[in-house]
Amino acid sequence: MCHQTVGLIARQLEAAGIPTVCLTSARDITRAVNPPRAAFLDFPLGHTSGRPHQPELNREIVSDALRAFEVLTVPGSMLHLRYHWADDDSWKDGVMRPASDTGEDASGAKAADDRVERFDTPQYQCDADAEAAEASHGSADCMVCAGIDY
Amino acid sequence: MTEQSAVEVIVERRQAPIDYIDRTREQYSGLGYPPYAWTHSEDAPPWTEVPGPLSELRLGVIATGGIYRAGQTAFTYKDDTTYRAIPTDVAAEELRATHFAYDLTDARDDINVVFPIDTLRALVAEGRVGELGPNFYTCMGGIYSQRRVSEELAPALVERCLADELDVVLLVPV
Repeated sequence: MCHQTVGLIARQLEAAGIPTVCLTSARDITRAVNPPRAAFLDFPLGHTSGRPHQPELNREIVSDALRAFEVLTVPGSMLHLRYHWADDDSWKDGVMRPASDTGEDASGAKAADDRVERFDTPQYQCDADAEAAEASHGSADCMVCAGIDY
Repeated sequence: MTEQSAVEVIVERRQAPIDYIDRTREQYSGLGYPPYAWTHSEDAPPWTEVPGPLSELRLGVIATGGIYRAGQTAFTYKDDTTYRAIPTDVAAEELRATHFAYDLTDARDDINVVFPIDTLRALVAEGRVGELGPNFYTCMGGIYSQRRVSEELAPALVERCLADELDVVLLVPV
């Protein structure tokens, strides 16, 4: 869904006169939204701009992705980057699929819903951040309100 | 084993890109939900010519991984259409990630996997990119309502990017 969101934003930016490139690791969703320029990296979701603690590799990946600004000339085209996540693609087998042979079991019961609940309150990475946000909110130079457009 | 057969083995081990729309449909159907109606844009996308070599341009970033800076309010998990402005001279250690739809382990270990802040500062240092805008912008990409993205979030971000006088923008979904 993130991929859909950035595609919609990219189309508006481009219409406002700012050229865009959308990185993507979900090729089908990006194709469906059809943003002006895209660069596809065939990595698991959560790694659209590289791997942890591999700054040189990440610099190559992002530099290659930026080539989309330089080489794509047809609206809606997508550059395919040359990187692979692993020696084989078996990581793709389990993505968004039940861990075992579930789905519907023999009794016809629905599969277990293992998706994260859609909480409507701020979801801090740690408690200290919630306290920091609260403290900041009371100060003159409020970091909370800067950047939030309600 | 000859060179040629080695190549064949590698080719066989590669799979096509994951079809996330199909897998989402399977997952929803397994849970008894109707399929999600994804955006399908049949029309050609708008297009603006890149105004010059990248080494002379000001680049901005919009990333959707639920990233905030310590001290800012975190995002919620329910159709949150707010955004955060992150100064591009921020220390990477001050950045956090919260999201309901991806494995956060690596993002919390090194934010550059979903928010290429150190990566792009290095690309500016080596001259590949001219400069970075004053802020990068982050939001929660997992917004079900396409109407709210198009009518609330996108126009607000366009306004900020124009105010920052960005020449080009890189978008990083998760």
